[in-house]
Amino acid sequence: MTRTDTDRLPRRSGLPFKPEHFDEIVAAEGGAGWFEVHAENYMGDGGAPHRMLEAIRTLRPLSLHGVGLSIGGEGRLSRDHLRRLKTLIERCRPASFSEHLAWSSHDGVYFNDLLPLPYNAATLARVADHIDETQEALGVRMLLENPSSYTELSGSTLDEIGFLKEIARRTGCGLLLDVNNVYVSAINQGFEPEAYLDGFPIGLIGEVHLAGHAAEIEADGASLLLDSHDRQVDAAVWSLFKRLISTTGPLPTLIEWDSDIPDFKVLQDEAAIADRAIADAEAARIAAQ
Amino acid sequence: MNAQASPRTGEAALAEALLAPKLPAPKSIASPQRFSVYRNNVVVSLIDAIAATFPAVHALVGDEFFRAAAREFVLGNPPSSPVLLNYGEAFPAWIAAFPPAATVPYLGDVARLEWAWTRAYHAADASPLTAARLADLPPERLLASRAVVHPSMALIASRFPVVSLWAQATRRRAKTSLDLTAAETALVARPGDVVDARAISPAMAAILQALTARETIGAAIARLEHDQTLAAECLAGVLELGLAVDLVPEDAGGGA
Repeated sequence: MTRTDTDRLPRRSGLPFKPEHFDEIVAAEGGAGWFEVHAENYMGDGGAPHRMLEAIRTLRPLSLHGVGLSIGGEGRLSRDHLRRLKTLIERCRPASFSEHLAWSSHDGVYFNDLLPLPYNAATLARVADHIDETQEALGVRMLLENPSSYTELSGSTLDEIGFLKEIARRTGCGLLLDVNNVYVSAINQGFEPEAYLDGFPIGLIGEVHLAGHAAEIEADGASLLLDSHDRQVDAAVWSLFKRLISTTGPLPTLIEWDSDIPDFKVLQDEAAIADRAIADAEAARIAAQ
Repeated sequence: MNAQASPRTGEAALAEALLAPKLPAPKSIASPQRFSVYRNNVVVSLIDAIAATFPAVHALVGDEFFRAAAREFVLGNPPSSPVLLNYGEAFPAWIAAFPPAATVPYLGDVARLEWAWTRAYHAADASPLTAARLADLPPERLLASRAVVHPSMALIASRFPVVSLWAQATRRRAKTSLDLTAAETALVARPGDVVDARAISPAMAAILQALTARETIGAAIARLEHDQTLAAECLAGVLELGLAVDLVPEDAGGGA
């Protein structure tokens, strides 16, 4: 079994591939450093989605991002879903495969959301087993993404970073650091996002996600951030990203956008901001040497 | 469903409460009002998935009615698979039997057409049979052969003008007043990358039903009471539309 290298995404900005942008991407012969798709959208038998994906992956490196494996779930991983992922990986040969520290299926029902789990010894063992099984079944080293959260869950004895580090140590997986998720969780749960980033095991980061979020004020006056992926990246998240790359150097960085999809140009403008930040951080690092 | 706290714990308690709006938030959640964010994400994202698959039904009943109906549907019929492009198969029959929609009796048929459209969009690829392949075959062999229809193909027989209703609702055609008693049978297929949905004649529907049922070409023609001209026209249409992907001679054991 060949272990796919997870470090084949370019260390620059990437964009989500949305079918409505296909013609423009082909006309531009790329238009982004690399592309990411949600695996589950390409699990039909045939047709235009596969043709488009094939065209995209011949233009640019592809990142396959799963949203439905339910790695954090109490139940067994779906063999059917692992098989579908395996088929898709063979079909589109992505440069990277990632999934979430979350659950989305329970007892035969799929909830279409990334739901939280407590962090303790039992869940750690379970998630590690699920990642071992996934990496074995798919023949890849995967990246695991930190979730966004809205409230605390009882039953946790470990913090998220400690949990992620130990998962990576046991399974050999890499990590996908979603900076917007860090910020959303930090505001919702009242911790310092800078402290989270400073504690994150930077050597394990195979990809970064940036995205827009929505803000609400609750009845008691508390701020609630929603991981909505429907707008530009917030200034506070850009600041955190700059802080991150000043230490890590360039990383493959995706601008996520999943609802109210704008013109491709709007995504390209966001990608350009990320690339400028990466270049500035590099220049500053070199100047400081 | 009641307002009592559930005896379930862990993931099971969350799962149960996510699809039961009247249940209180599970005890493991520090902030009960924040649980509504997860609940809302789940239900709204599933309603959005149904809305994406059934745009004509959505347009025909309006946003408010559609979202209220879809909410009821998703709570009672959540997906069983993370592959959401397969979600919604039960919706046409459900909406057809949904009492508040009884005044719109064609909704179920329009929904069936939309489900067939989505299935066709994601169906397996197959190359249509060429006329040249048939030209080589002596007529008696052709009549004894069975056609394999394209994996994307579906027929929707309706007592309403289902294709016209769908085409107007999705703005493929300009709005005109429709005779709701003018029955149409829809053919949905995707011989290339583009899904085609069109109304077909009763003769064409009869031929396609026969071919789908794996009857021989001769038996299909017999359904038209041996009207050779009409049958030839229909079979030419089947080829032109790319609806046949293979031909199995009867002596090759083409199945019953």
